[in-house]
Amino acid sequence: MKRFVRGAFAAGVALAAGNIPALAGWEPVRPVEFIVPAGTGGGADQMARTIQGIVTKHNLMKQPLVVINKSGGAGGEGFLDVKASAGNPHKIIITLSNLFTTPLATGIPFGWKDLTPVAMLALDEFVLWVNAEKPYTTAKDYIEAVKQAGGTLKMGGTGSKQEDQIITVAMEKATGTKFTYIPYKGGGEVAVQLVGNHVDSTVNNPIEAVAQWRGGKVRPLCVFDAKPMSYDEPITEGKAWKDIPTCKSQGLDIEYLMLRGIFMSPRATKDQVEYYVELFKKVRETPDWQDFMKTGAFNTTFMTGADYAKWVETEEKRHETLMKDAGFLASN
Amino acid sequence: MEELANLFHGFAVALQPFNIMVMLLGIVLGVIIGVLPGLGGANGVAILLPLTFSMPPTSAIIMLSCIYWGALFGGAITSILFNIPGEPWSVATTFDGYPMAQQGKAGEALTAAFTSSFVGALFAVMMITVVAPLVASFALQFGPAEKFAVYFLAFCSFVGLSKEPPFKTVAAMMIGFALAAVGLDSITGQLRLTFGITELLNGFDFLIAVIGLFGIGEILLTMEEGLSFRGGNAKINLRVVLHTWKEMPAYWLTSLRSCLIGCWMGITPAGATPASFMSYGIAKRLSRRGKNFGHGEIEGVVAPETAAHAAGTAALLPMLSLGVPGSPTAAVLLGGLLIWGLQPGPMLFVEQKEFVWGLIASMYLGNLAGLLVVLTCVPIFAAILRVPFSIIAPLILVLCAIGAYSVHSSTFDVVMMLVFGVLGYLFKKCGYPLAPLVLAIVLGDKAEEAFRQSLLGSQGSLAVFFANGLVGTIMVLGLVALFWSAINQGWSRLRGAAA
Repeated sequence: MKRFVRGAFAAGVALAAGNIPALAGWEPVRPVEFIVPAGTGGGADQMARTIQGIVTKHNLMKQPLVVINKSGGAGGEGFLDVKASAGNPHKIIITLSNLFTTPLATGIPFGWKDLTPVAMLALDEFVLWVNAEKPYTTAKDYIEAVKQAGGTLKMGGTGSKQEDQIITVAMEKATGTKFTYIPYKGGGEVAVQLVGNHVDSTVNNPIEAVAQWRGGKVRPLCVFDAKPMSYDEPITEGKAWKDIPTCKSQGLDIEYLMLRGIFMSPRATKDQVEYYVELFKKVRETPDWQDFMKTGAFNTTFMTGADYAKWVETEEKRHETLMKDAGFLASN
Repeated sequence: MEELANLFHGFAVALQPFNIMVMLLGIVLGVIIGVLPGLGGANGVAILLPLTFSMPPTSAIIMLSCIYWGALFGGAITSILFNIPGEPWSVATTFDGYPMAQQGKAGEALTAAFTSSFVGALFAVMMITVVAPLVASFALQFGPAEKFAVYFLAFCSFVGLSKEPPFKTVAAMMIGFALAAVGLDSITGQLRLTFGITELLNGFDFLIAVIGLFGIGEILLTMEEGLSFRGGNAKINLRVVLHTWKEMPAYWLTSLRSCLIGCWMGITPAGATPASFMSYGIAKRLSRRGKNFGHGEIEGVVAPETAAHAAGTAALLPMLSLGVPGSPTAAVLLGGLLIWGLQPGPMLFVEQKEFVWGLIASMYLGNLAGLLVVLTCVPIFAAILRVPFSIIAPLILVLCAIGAYSVHSSTFDVVMMLVFGVLGYLFKKCGYPLAPLVLAIVLGDKAEEAFRQSLLGSQGSLAVFFANGLVGTIMVLGLVALFWSAINQGWSRLRGAAA
């Protein structure tokens, strides 16, 4: 009984999820590698390093958590590394949409089913941005201008055949317009190219563009989500994330959210998965994490277990359709 | 005037005892990181980032930026002593630094390198202090076409400066471009030249190539030449430092020119590597001692080091004011800023004055502290050269292997390093220059990306490279640099024929 009570206590909020043998559970016995399948400084990297910082600061793990970037082949390098580490519970990976897009676009042999799902940490929003000097104040204005320009207006985005370009193609399909899509290495670079008027619009994540928005250099037109974001703290000129209308309400019926989730190496035991789920629950409770969520205006949906796997499965299908429609599938 | 008041307030922050302690610790750690090839500033800062989470943000950034300065200083040490550049921008330092070490002038070379680094960084910090707000808007003018123009200028001035037959230079450069093309094509999102080999997904990392080409290649050559490691009887003491300092003012013009090149390249997103190569090339062409370059001319150490550090320091400005990291290390620092709840961008200078000016003040102090630390250690570093080669070579080999491994934690990279070592040896034997190869590996994919981005935006029209004054000027400079060498050759041949 005592054993049960202590276990439940350690599990904390997780009690609601039930049947967790937390005490009998597994714990890392050597440093845990935290793979980031993207370069330093990007959104996934920032999140991984924030988690590393929180874990260190609040002493949430007995063993160190080491962030390693494996960005080669649009993240394929990182995914293959984890795939090849079957039965090694000391390796976790943070994913973004390239979990789906990289194997589809490049033919690199892996799928999310090769990995063990742990938890969804958050979903990242996408916002349509234009330069603040431009006259467009609504998505409608801008789409009208795109139509007029006949394909010469430039959409800047991160990477090729990845989420930014998928949204761009979806916009083209929904409105019967054409953009010139220009791929850049990272979201921060894209935001600056927009400020410098080298591209006409972007679909940056909030965290990539927030600094430029606060500086009054860029203007958000709409968010690619079913409902407006929930953060009501004013960012600039009395405007908050909450005030950005959904694209759907602007006649642009597109929804896209990007997974920020955790997977671990194949053949992980239930205990091992449970350990990381508990760890991330603790991370989510810290004020540092909540601040981070607020800065990046993240959608804070949290999922584990079967729910998470189901969500990932649905998203994979959706990406396959989207990419097939756009002609982005690898030829081989 | 307000800036000055802010700066003094910043000094007060940076001079708190805790911050000074943090500063010195950062420098020492940084030098160690810089000396180990392959570890590099970015990895070093990333590894040590968690150390700083319990500190106040200002102390944390002081520590991290001091690690950065330390690594910049440290990178010169292996370049000069062992011909192994630890960072891309140290490559140009090896051209004259290593010959100097071989001639027994390692102390002079190290002193000159450290002092130039300090001068370059100081110049850039002063520039940041004065023109911070103006500079941000200049960086914004750089789109893909402008970036390509800068890389183009770097390649052209390099072909121009080479003493080697131009065809050998171009051949070496083309091999570099081919190697740079391996991996993911960032414009189409397709894999290129990977042949289904997982390890090639990431392409050829510059550091692996350089450690192999220079470090291993050098060891192979030295072995062939009978295990003699020249420079063993170097005179090494503090008098060398003072003596070198006495010489330094003679190079003020090169220094100033390099500072300007460095600052310009640092603020524009081109970065420190083209800055160091370009500065070396221009100094070689304009200096009276130009023909000694490559044979151990101290000015050939001064030029690239000054420019690289001016650029490295100036690169922090776009990071702070625009949120665009100019280098991998700056990218990691950026991640740090976000963790401490500071959002880099146009508002940072307005909202976080204490932090920004504390950081700027720490750049002054950190560089000064760094100079003192490394200079006092010059005799120790230079003494390494007195160790017999049969002892030092295996140590270098191990160090190279660790360095290559630590770039991506991959044993495949260690094998690649050895392959590059053999390649480097063959290049030297056949009289092909290594530097153009390295330059093309470092900048090749960036140049390609910028070129294709420009053409996408212009719907395929090459006119985009002459579309405005800025990009047009840089392109014309590049063409002049390229054909200047051809004209020069033709000219001297004509004169030779006449005489």
